[in-house]
Amino acid sequence: MSSVSLRNVAKRFAGFTAVHPLVLDIPEGSFVTLLGPSGCGKTTTLRMIAGLLDPSEGEISIGDQLVNNIPIHKRNLGIVFQNYALFPHKTIYENIAFGLKYRKVPAAEVERRVKDVLDLVQLPDLGDRYPNQLSGGQQQRIALARSIVINPDVLLLDEPLSALDANLREDMRIELKRIQEKIGITTIFVTHDQSEALAMSDKLVVMSGGRIEQVGAPKDVYDNPRSTFVADFLGSSNILSVRCEDADEKRVLVNAGRLGAVSVPREKATDIGVDTSAKLVIRAEKLCLVPADAAPDQRMSVEAVVETVDYQGQAVRYFVRVGDLQLQALNMIEDRPFNEGEAVSIRFRPQDCVVLREDS
Amino acid sequence: MGWSVIRAWTAAVYLFMFLPVAVVVLLSFNSNQFGSFPVTGFSFRWFIELWENEAILRAFKTSMILGALTALISTFLGVLASLALVRYKVPGRDFISTLLIAPVLVPEVVLAVALLLFLNFLSLHKSFFLLLLGHVIFTLPFVVLVVQARLVSIRRDYEEAAMSLGANPIQAFLTITLPLLAPAIFAGMLFAFTISFDDITGTLFWKPGGIETVPTQIFSMLRNSISPEINALGSVMIILTVGLPLIGLGIARRIAAKQA
Repeated sequence: MSSVSLRNVAKRFAGFTAVHPLVLDIPEGSFVTLLGPSGCGKTTTLRMIAGLLDPSEGEISIGDQLVNNIPIHKRNLGIVFQNYALFPHKTIYENIAFGLKYRKVPAAEVERRVKDVLDLVQLPDLGDRYPNQLSGGQQQRIALARSIVINPDVLLLDEPLSALDANLREDMRIELKRIQEKIGITTIFVTHDQSEALAMSDKLVVMSGGRIEQVGAPKDVYDNPRSTFVADFLGSSNILSVRCEDADEKRVLVNAGRLGAVSVPREKATDIGVDTSAKLVIRAEKLCLVPADAAPDQRMSVEAVVETVDYQGQAVRYFVRVGDLQLQALNMIEDRPFNEGEAVSIRFRPQDCVVLREDS
Repeated sequence: MGWSVIRAWTAAVYLFMFLPVAVVVLLSFNSNQFGSFPVTGFSFRWFIELWENEAILRAFKTSMILGALTALISTFLGVLASLALVRYKVPGRDFISTLLIAPVLVPEVVLAVALLLFLNFLSLHKSFFLLLLGHVIFTLPFVVLVVQARLVSIRRDYEEAAMSLGANPIQAFLTITLPLLAPAIFAGMLFAFTISFDDITGTLFWKPGGIETVPTQIFSMLRNSISPEINALGSVMIILTVGLPLIGLGIARRIAAKQA
């Protein structure tokens, strides 16, 4: 088990830069997720750590060792690929034992370790089968078993859940996290799925256009996005152009047009000066729809009309109109969903808003 | 009405294609010494005479050796070429690929004459080695096509997974890619053998004096007279050139079924 550190690591291909120089520290034993849309450089970064791609510049270290010049087969990594890459001509047992063969592990110990890891992934009886005889979820567990049986220093997961259907994906998410915590291995997980990223990570690295947008604990990144990209990519946000009218150490007052003057706590609006343009971010689930005649409360309140209702079972997504603004709100259904065309009042708290610089 | 016409037509087409072959096989068991109908009795006579005909046995041996060597060399070169073209970024990849496939597209006579002129230009004399070279040239495309098609479907991440588990690139190739590629290599080899074994056009141009392969031997025998031995030889050829690929296909299917 080891930490991983990237120092100004970049990757350029002919004509474009896949990853701009980035600095990233992955502490020993942590579960770090690289999250971003396709083409953001997350997989390229993972492949550089794996040794499947050479970085154009910068240094990659695993533990105390600089690995730039160490080929993949000497890096002692466990990798789970998107399509599992189980060897189709070998049995499950042979697949799992494959890595042990190159580590000169005695036969009796190979047998014991394969058995142990099959128990760990809760598939003890599948040793004699071939990969094509297994379901997607089983193949996924075997791929994981094969990568951890060699006691790797770091576990690299390249979108391992994306080939599974939705229900199985959620089960495997929990299972994967359980196993990772049990063996306590440093894990780097690449995904474009924000719910996986939020649920599993100790540390979230949001990437876009080959750059790191934000690094932090999932809740921290979610609650305090530092750019409109992060605000928009994680969950659904309303992003409004506003003008900062007043600011002191405690609060920043922005004029949000139809939504009125919003007084946002300073910690949600760092780096904003008086009389500048800015972006106000309000998460869809922080906008709460109440009947138009509901009694006022401590929250801010704006009159609106429901335009579109996107019913999702226990929750519902509304698109509401406030003058020339269209906002989206994600609410749990309490009594009945509002109807399209219904007049409502939207309520929100200023401390749930984030103010970002215009250029972020 | 429509379907029965189509059926009858299909049957007629098949009859047209296979009747001559069937006649050859049938007549090879005819005891009559003129290879023609009516069939007068069943006998292995012509096969025995075939077996005792030195010239034919020699031609048969030559064809076997030529076919086997062609298959080995073509497969070796074809597998390496496919690996390079599919797995690595070779400059001018498309051009090289087209060049390798070209011998299938060029009429064989043209190819045969071209090679002959080329050898003439180099003032090289015809030899068994050059005949072998010619066969390799026009069997190579088949090997490359078959192996390339399979290689494209073997995802790169199998090898990457093997390497991540500690296998060096050569070990990864030998333990993962090669076994997965085996059915295609085997099929390519069989293709090369069969094509070489029954080639006549190129062989007629390239063979040095005194060396005969089975097809050229049949050809020269036909010039003298039509002996029923030729029918027997034809039957043997059919069994070899149809039977071998079928057996090969069966084996390849078996291997593939295990992996699928």
